[in-house]
Amino acid sequence: MSPKPSSEPGVVVIGAGQAGVHVADALREGGYHGAVTIVGDEPGVPYERPPLSKGFLVGTTAPESLRLRDPEHFMKRRIKLRIGVAARRVDTVGRTVALADGMRLGYDHLVLATGAAPRGLPIPGSDLTGVCCLRTVADARWLRERMRSARSVVIVGGGFIGMEIAATTRGRGPHTTVLEAADRPLERALSPTMARHLVEAHRRSGVDVRLGERVTGLVGERGHVTGVVGASGHTYPADLVVVAIGVSPRAELAEAAGVRVADGILVDGSLRTTVPEIFAVGDCARHPNVHAGAMVRIESVQNATDQARHVADTILGTVDEPYARLPWFWSHQGELRLQIAGLRGPDEYDVVLGAPESGRFSVCGYRDGRLVAVETLNRPADHQAARRLLQAGVSPDPALLSDHAFDLKDFAKREVPSADRVPRPLPTREEHS
Amino acid sequence: MPEIVFHQPGGRVATVETEAGVSVMRAAVQNAVEGIVGECGGQAMCATCHVLVHESVLDGLPPIGDDEEEMLDCTAAPRDPRRSRLGCQLIMGTDLPKVAVDVPETQL
Repeated sequence: MSPKPSSEPGVVVIGAGQAGVHVADALREGGYHGAVTIVGDEPGVPYERPPLSKGFLVGTTAPESLRLRDPEHFMKRRIKLRIGVAARRVDTVGRTVALADGMRLGYDHLVLATGAAPRGLPIPGSDLTGVCCLRTVADARWLRERMRSARSVVIVGGGFIGMEIAATTRGRGPHTTVLEAADRPLERALSPTMARHLVEAHRRSGVDVRLGERVTGLVGERGHVTGVVGASGHTYPADLVVVAIGVSPRAELAEAAGVRVADGILVDGSLRTTVPEIFAVGDCARHPNVHAGAMVRIESVQNATDQARHVADTILGTVDEPYARLPWFWSHQGELRLQIAGLRGPDEYDVVLGAPESGRFSVCGYRDGRLVAVETLNRPADHQAARRLLQAGVSPDPALLSDHAFDLKDFAKREVPSADRVPRPLPTREEHS
Repeated sequence: MPEIVFHQPGGRVATVETEAGVSVMRAAVQNAVEGIVGECGGQAMCATCHVLVHESVLDGLPPIGDDEEEMLDCTAAPRDPRRSRLGCQLIMGTDLPKVAVDVPETQL
């Protein structure tokens, strides 16, 4: 990429989360000389969200450690931050973005990293005081404050976020109930074995997990929530209700600009939208995923950062292949440290490694005789091994796994030669004094 | 202020000053030091903040915990029996005011 005077438009990134910040950094790391601007509607320095439902809620994560980058970092890299201002309109013909403060930014390439917004409960009472969602640091601060005085917390939704919040509230005073509409939580994302284990572990630690309980209403007094009504007819007392029933992609800006949208901003294998100069990455992008064999939207840090890098490389012209990184996730629910490599489908054949009752085990999911996903609980070495195998497309025979001596880590080391992973030996250098 | 010197495989050197209580991984990520990923957020769960600590500062380091030990066996670049550590487990402060590390060629 040849140097450009900074008066030229360059790249505008809308969204200052993991995906947006990574696009800007990857452009600079790749030698992009043009203007790079990040527009974000939340105030403050860009931050990471995963700790908001974990350490930040219990106060073990300090606000400064949430920052994705030091504030000076953006200046040093000539990345302009337009923070606390929303993008209002994209003109795809004139290639400009109009901001809420009246400013207009020109672009050569536009990257939409607009993320997702929590879904609300479409039922009566969801506007009562004491009912909240968790997405932003402002939400997390509010929730943390409320948790201190709350007596009964009801979490609606037994997904990752709901269970992570439950793990922080229980044992800290409030009685905690999780209401999940499905008969098992994370039905599509987790094996029955792992889902069952997590539910039982939460129950043992004092969380009242109710499965198959759809929420039909919220009741309150003088504007404040007092209870959650389930389809069973039971009313669960609550002075704090956290709605964690998933998110919707923020695709309104794209849609209004004429970019094709269908539960997310539609992109091709290069993460390009139906408008050639516009890309979409992260939570908001519905992309063809080789590991899923389908168009999917993935909400994870890995997906955000890997897609960001891919788009930066595409803009830099250093990549031709379609995006193909292996999806992986993690969810820390108290002592339960869950990691998932790969994507599960509906009909996996599962083989369990290790003893679930020990609290450390892995579930290997097979589809058509091939390993497609591995869930590990408190077994990080298995997770790393699984990622190496899945990314390389190496599948251990399921029969091998039933041998008690089988070790996924050893297998991965043997079958995915380290030569693939270590391109060059480290050069020797003088010691720093 | 505590100071961390990162030596990149190509020979480039980045010096980062940080607050006490901040890990080598966190300081690297916030300053976008290339080659330090820290994808698990500092839980010793991912081994993407693998660093090779310079010999001269090895004595000042905290001992390797069980989680770190397990993850050091899964680093993408080969483990060095003496110098390999996870950056998330090295907390800067009065016990560790200054450290110099090599960033490995690969983390993933």
